[in-house]
Amino acid sequence: MGKMKTGRSVTMEALSFKGKDIISINDMNLDEIRNILSVADRLEQKSREELMAYAPSKILANLFYEPSTRTRLSFEAAMTFLGGRVIGFSSAEGSSVQKGESLWDTICTVSQYSDVIVLRHPDDGAARLASEASHVPVINAGDGSNQHPTQTLLDLYSIQKIHSTIEGTSIGIVGDLKYGRTVHSLTSALSKFKSISMHFVSPQSLRIPMHIERELKESSTVYSEHERIEEIIEKVDILYMTRIQQERFPEPAEYEKVKEIYHLDLALLEKAKRHMKVLHPLPRVTEISRDVDGTEYAYYFRQAGNGVIVRQALLGLVMGVLH
Amino acid sequence: MTGTKKEHMKIPKIEKGIVIDHIPAGRALLVAQALGLDRVEQNGSVTLGLNFESRKMGKKDLIKVEHLELANQELEKIALLAPGSSVKSITDFTVKEHIEIKPPDIVEGLLTCHNPRCITNRERDVETRFIKVKERPLSMKCQYCERIYLESELRLR
Repeated sequence: MGKMKTGRSVTMEALSFKGKDIISINDMNLDEIRNILSVADRLEQKSREELMAYAPSKILANLFYEPSTRTRLSFEAAMTFLGGRVIGFSSAEGSSVQKGESLWDTICTVSQYSDVIVLRHPDDGAARLASEASHVPVINAGDGSNQHPTQTLLDLYSIQKIHSTIEGTSIGIVGDLKYGRTVHSLTSALSKFKSISMHFVSPQSLRIPMHIERELKESSTVYSEHERIEEIIEKVDILYMTRIQQERFPEPAEYEKVKEIYHLDLALLEKAKRHMKVLHPLPRVTEISRDVDGTEYAYYFRQAGNGVIVRQALLGLVMGVLH
Repeated sequence: MTGTKKEHMKIPKIEKGIVIDHIPAGRALLVAQALGLDRVEQNGSVTLGLNFESRKMGKKDLIKVEHLELANQELEKIALLAPGSSVKSITDFTVKEHIEIKPPDIVEGLLTCHNPRCITNRERDVETRFIKVKERPLSMKCQYCERIYLESELRLR
C-alpha cells in the first residue's frame, strides 16, 4: 500500500486535513492523495469497536439535491461506523429548495447544525460555493458533470489495492466520457501520477471534452482515443467501465443512439491480461454482462466496498479525529 | 515605409488621452465595448483602427481615445480581452507613460462562464471567479465549474 515515503520534506502540519473542504481532486497534490489512501489503509485494519470510538457525538449533514443511492448510503455507513450520526435529505423535493431557498442560505443554516456537510448537487461548482458559505468542512459528493472527488479517491484506493501501486498503470476508460464526472475526476487525479497511460473508449458523441484533453496535454499524460473495447483490451491493467447516463443527455434521441453501445462479456475478456481488473462506479445497466461477476476480473463490488473505507478516512480527517 | 508610419497617416495623433496599440486583430470592437467607448456620452473622439499590418503581429487593431484615463479595472479588462496590447498615456501629442497591463492571477466578477450548468449562472447573486492557468497564451479557469477558457473564449459579464 501507499505508505508515506520517509526522508521527504513533507510536514504533518502541511498534510493536515482538519477543517478543510474536499471539493475537487484538482485541489489536492500527490502527497495529500497518498496521505488519504494511507489513512484509509490503516482504518481497514481496525475493528468495528475501535472505529466507533472516533466520532461519537459528531453529526454529518448529508445534503443530496439529486438522487444517489450508493454515494449517500456509503457516506451514511461511513459516519455510522465512526460512531457519528447522520441528518439530511435525499432529494430536493420536499426540502427548502422548493420554497426557493438559495443553496447559499441552506448551507449557512445547515452548517449551524452539523460538524461536516456532504453535498450532492446537479449544478457544476455547487460544492465550491457551498464551501464558501459553510463554516464546517464540505465534502463534494458530486457537482453536476464537474467533480466527484470521493469516487476518485476510492477508485485510486482500489487500483492501489489491486496492483500495489498506481504509477505505471495502463487504464482503459469506457463509456460516457463527455458527461461522466467520475471520468473527469479520475483522469485529473491519474495525471498527477507518473507513467500512467490512458485509453479512452467512447462513441464520437461522448468523447472526452476538450478541457480535459487540455489538462492531459499540460501534464504530458499519454492517452489515446478509440471507439471499440477490442482495440484496447489486451493493453490495459484496469478496465474502467461507466454507464451511459440518460439523465445527462439534453436530447433523448441522442441517448437512444448510444445507450447500449458497450457490453463487456466473457468473449471480450478472453484477450485481457490475466491480472487485469474491471472497475465500475456503479450502478451498471447493460455495459457489463452478469457472467463477468463471477470471474477474477470483476472488482466493481469490492470497489464499492472500498468507498465506505475511503469516506471514513475523509470524514475523520476533515473533522480532525483522524490524522 | 514601416507599418507604424503608415498607421499614423491613417489615424491622426491625439493631443491628450489614451492609445491602445497591438490589440490582437479582431478584438478592438470587444475592447471598445468593454470600456464603454461605444456610448454617446463619451467625452472625446474615439478612433478605431482595424486590421492594420504589423511586423510583430501580422495584423493588429488600434484604438485612440481623447480625454480618457483608465482605472485599474479597465486595464484588467484590456489585459483579459486583448492580452499583449500596449497602453500609452498621451499628453501634448507625446507619450507621457507606458502603462503595463497584465492579466491578474484572480479575476472576480468581471468574466462570464459560458457553462449554462455552472452555479454562477444558476444561483442568484453569485460573482464569478476565474483563476489564471497560463499567461501566454492566456487561459483562465472558472473556479466553480473548473472549465478552462482560452484567450479567444473569454467574455466579460
